[in-house]
Amino acid sequence: MNRSEVPQSGGLYGDLREVAYAVDENGRYVLEPSLGWDAKGIANSQFWKTVEAAARAALAAVERGEAGPLLFYMTIYQMDVALLATYVSLPSWRVRRHLRPGAFARLKPALRQRYADVFDLPVEMLDHLPSDIQKFAEILQWANKF
Amino acid sequence: MGEQILSGDAGPVLEFRHRQSAHCESGVTSNLLRDAGRDVSEAMVFGVGSGLFFAYLPFLRIGSLPLTTYRTFPGAVFRKAALRLGAQIERRKFGTAAAAMDGLDAMLDQGQCVGCQTGVYWLPYFPSSMRFHFNAHHIVIYGRQGDEYLVSDPTLEHPVTISRRNLAKARFARGPLAPHGKMFWVSQTTATVDWRQAIMAGLRETCGAMRLPVPLVGWRGIRFLASRMAKWPQRLGAERASLCLGSVIRMQEEIGTGGGGFRFIFAAFLQEAADRLQEPRLAAMSERLTAVGDRWRDFALEASRFCKGRDDAVESTTELAAIIADCGERERGIFTELAAITRSLKVGQ
Repeated sequence: MNRSEVPQSGGLYGDLREVAYAVDENGRYVLEPSLGWDAKGIANSQFWKTVEAAARAALAAVERGEAGPLLFYMTIYQMDVALLATYVSLPSWRVRRHLRPGAFARLKPALRQRYADVFDLPVEMLDHLPSDIQKFAEILQWANKF
Repeated sequence: MGEQILSGDAGPVLEFRHRQSAHCESGVTSNLLRDAGRDVSEAMVFGVGSGLFFAYLPFLRIGSLPLTTYRTFPGAVFRKAALRLGAQIERRKFGTAAAAMDGLDAMLDQGQCVGCQTGVYWLPYFPSSMRFHFNAHHIVIYGRQGDEYLVSDPTLEHPVTISRRNLAKARFARGPLAPHGKMFWVSQTTATVDWRQAIMAGLRETCGAMRLPVPLVGWRGIRFLASRMAKWPQRLGAERASLCLGSVIRMQEEIGTGGGGFRFIFAAFLQEAADRLQEPRLAAMSERLTAVGDRWRDFALEASRFCKGRDDAVESTTELAAIIADCGERERGIFTELAAITRSLKVGQ
């Protein structure tokens, strides 16, 4: 890659610049700041699209009463049951049960707190969907940028 | 060792020169080695530490997608580069986040800057659009002001700060490659370094790994990926094929690779090694590897257009696979020749 070819088209990271290795006019390697390029932007927004789709599905499941709000929080934190289980130090099957509607509300306070600590949210918030769904809106925006 | 330039109740602030780099682990290693008095560039660390690799491991899944890697296992570059460049290192893991933070505080109080392994998802100074559950991100902590820690993150232009709470969380991220609070530092360096030995050790190991007689790794792994990729749409359907392609692109071009799946960083290392050993054959290898890096980027560009379904995109993954196969064939040639050059370096000593 020549120095003049280092892409500067902007990605998902705003004005954050990384450095790329490129060859200057004399054939010497230099570190050149880069704002990112479309190839990476497309690949990343593809990832966010999968998160978005999962979040939408979770939202629908919660609204239909098939799952508790915990499922929605797990999804927007990009976690699956296995990962969330390692964070709360429980076997996966227990976490899966806690995702059922109403199951989370019936848990002991200490266990509820463990979940809240993972998400850095007040415990009460995990009993219902967030009112503004702000994070969700942010994900939508990345998913459709490219 | 960093000199304390400020102290008091607020906490120690050590002198540490932040340099931005392409790859977090070799950047941290280079910055720590320089702090300990061993002047070595990021590219040299990556090469001497045998960072370059390739493996396509479809039975290992990341978010349900097959794992493609262009580098060796996290932590290996630091260990190998330090060893070969005459530096003594110390590493520690912890059972609890509280113990990990106390351990870090103790090191800072002694005037020692330390590297930490963290989970990117829990580092709030990154824009949220780049926060994924990736647990092998390396940073340097070089001071503390009350509850705020001073961070030299080599992927960023400038140093940043992070709260004790957030740092503890990042150091105890869970899941694959969980850091367990791991921290590491350079405790001592030898007076001199044998560059020829260091470079040869790095080259020998990389050439060996890239030519391993195993179908899933090295240039054979690249060929294997190409043969599988050609069949993805038939085997997995269009949508999943597109997701798999996206995952290959991300592993290749995401922040920390320096572009072209680390090929450019390694080419920079070869160039530097050529200068240091007065060995023009290594410079020629550097140029050839740069050309392969460009091919990898051609693939990323074409594949992303294909994923996006653009009009100017290629017809099928067969054409994308052909680019990958070409990369594999070229790397086969490069690393075979490089192995021969490395052997002759020994004789010429």
